[in-house]
Amino acid sequence: MLKFLFKGLVRDRSRSLFPILTVFIGVALTVFLYSYLNGFVSDMIKSSAHYNSGHVRIMTKAYSQESNQSPNDLAIIGIDPLIQNVEKSYPDMIWTPRIKFGGLIDIPDRNGETRIQGPVSGMAVDLFSKESRERKFLNLDESLVKGRIPEKPNEILIADDFARRLKVAPGDTATLLSSTMYGSMVMTNFVIAGTIRFGIAALDRGAIITDISDIQKSLDMNNAAGEILGFFKDDNFDSKKAYRIRDSFNEKYKNSEDEFAPIMGALPEESGLSDYMGLIDIASFVIIGIFIFAMAIVLWNAGLMGSLRRYGEMGVRLAVGEEKGHIYRTLILESIMIGIVGSFLGTLFGLIPSYLMEIYGLDLSFLFEKSSVMITGVLHADVTYETYLIGFIPGILATVLGTSIAGIGIYKRETAQLFKELEA
Amino acid sequence: MKKLIFIMVILFAGALIAQPSADEIIKKVDANTVTDSQIAISKMIIKGRRGSRTVEAKTWQRGSNDSFTEYLAPAREKGTKMLKLGDQLWTYSPSTDRTILISGHMLRQSVMGSDLSYEDMMEDPLLQNMYNSKIIGEEKILDRPVWAIELTSKKDDISYDRRKVWVDKDRYIILKEELYAKSGKLLKTIDIHEIKKFDGRWVATSLTYKDVLKDGDGTQMQLDEIKLNQRIPDYILSKASLRR
Repeated sequence: MLKFLFKGLVRDRSRSLFPILTVFIGVALTVFLYSYLNGFVSDMIKSSAHYNSGHVRIMTKAYSQESNQSPNDLAIIGIDPLIQNVEKSYPDMIWTPRIKFGGLIDIPDRNGETRIQGPVSGMAVDLFSKESRERKFLNLDESLVKGRIPEKPNEILIADDFARRLKVAPGDTATLLSSTMYGSMVMTNFVIAGTIRFGIAALDRGAIITDISDIQKSLDMNNAAGEILGFFKDDNFDSKKAYRIRDSFNEKYKNSEDEFAPIMGALPEESGLSDYMGLIDIASFVIIGIFIFAMAIVLWNAGLMGSLRRYGEMGVRLAVGEEKGHIYRTLILESIMIGIVGSFLGTLFGLIPSYLMEIYGLDLSFLFEKSSVMITGVLHADVTYETYLIGFIPGILATVLGTSIAGIGIYKRETAQLFKELEA
Repeated sequence: MKKLIFIMVILFAGALIAQPSADEIIKKVDANTVTDSQIAISKMIIKGRRGSRTVEAKTWQRGSNDSFTEYLAPAREKGTKMLKLGDQLWTYSPSTDRTILISGHMLRQSVMGSDLSYEDMMEDPLLQNMYNSKIIGEEKILDRPVWAIELTSKKDDISYDRRKVWVDKDRYIILKEELYAKSGKLLKTIDIHEIKKFDGRWVATSLTYKDVLKDGDGTQMQLDEIKLNQRIPDYILSKASLRR
């Protein structure tokens, strides 16, 4: 039966070509948009995790309430035992301390006087430990424009755009003017080891990266850090696991009234992405829904036109005694076959630009020049297992839906009228 | 009867003459505050959320515009120096051997973690130059009769658009102060706890400076030693002295 229907579709192209083309275009667009949205969310999660909040983040309760200001006076003191503790309790995670700080970078002239200054936002991370994955998380080696990664104490990396504005190069001295954990003004001389381009406008405007031990010394933060970030070892964010770890950690401190007791937050809430991620999930469904709806209308119309063209064929089939239900079912079966073929081709052609965009990305950094959102300027698609299947939902649903509506006309044919119609 | 009316008129006129205007009060406050020069040793006890710490400094001040401060304690701040010449402020740290001009948003940072900002340090201490004044009441503070005076800014580029000051009626020194933003929000308060007379001038020797927007109990400032109208050599109030 299936073979018979398939042959019919192949031989009578007017029956299959237009519906397959419709499904093909709709599915290709669905697949591409789905992988683009996936990539957008995935880029956002990765950037936020790597540059901001980790997959989970430990802070003091007081710090967490003002975490967007990175208040180092409210930092965690005694990070070593806390890190040992979480490493033991959650061995699937990598734990790393970070200090975010603000201040002014002052570049001296030959006489040691101020030549130029600029406001700076800094991040102190573990650059020197062998087991540290911070270089990878922050993509430092690939982002290096000039010079090298810091190897010795008191060396910094500076955003390349910022370095150009300050007219400095690797080897130059820069003085950081900032505040200690206790609020005193502090000045520290650093040597610029290299310049980097983060690809994130908010950081490229004026960021520096230094080893955490230098900043602990400079900001009077011995064995202290603003935040301890936790990353899943495979670097893939797992929302359920992250929330489970957060809940189990916070359970231990829930009765503590100390404002400096530690508290853990998970990435979506810490990065403010939870609403955003929810919105994008809804957007994916809406896009797929729109395609199903639009394609169903087009295919319904195609089905109606096909019914007109195949009016005689249906009449003969009814006249020779074929049941209306049987004809209706064969039409649905035909539509499923069209849906499968169209979805297959559409998925194939949707995946090609998706893969290209996953590998090469689309540079929209000019749109984010003034943005403070932690997102890379080069957008990538993300092809997942779901991407291979997602197109089949609108592809098959729309054809079946369109044919189901158009096919209802079969039941309106009067057997008594058939011979008159056929004679005519 | 005529005599009585005459006496009342005289008394009323006398009372009017005795009550100085707000501008006159503020001029006298300024005259008491600003000296030709002074050398002082003071302490700032900064009470934060994680406890308190004390910063000790020696200041040389000439007129209302120029000053030089050297931090004496704690060990971490020792040797840090600040020089204010007119509307410019430099800081020197011995650990970096760098002299840096403090400008832009850094001026809004707190001085050594206290409730005082560098902008506060940069303000013209002569209130009459910056504000219009109006007496809004009479009260008692520290058991002393005071005028409550409202000051509204004459200029746009001013840190505090409005101030309320309570001025001691006899000593012409401010005993309490509230500093407001343009929006009307209270930003800082100053409460004087103790005043002493030095060379014929009343000087606050203990006060609490509180940034209302910050947690903690404010910064207590204590004057340990002051010498008024001392000769201050020019080299002290120069950039060269920062590295000296």
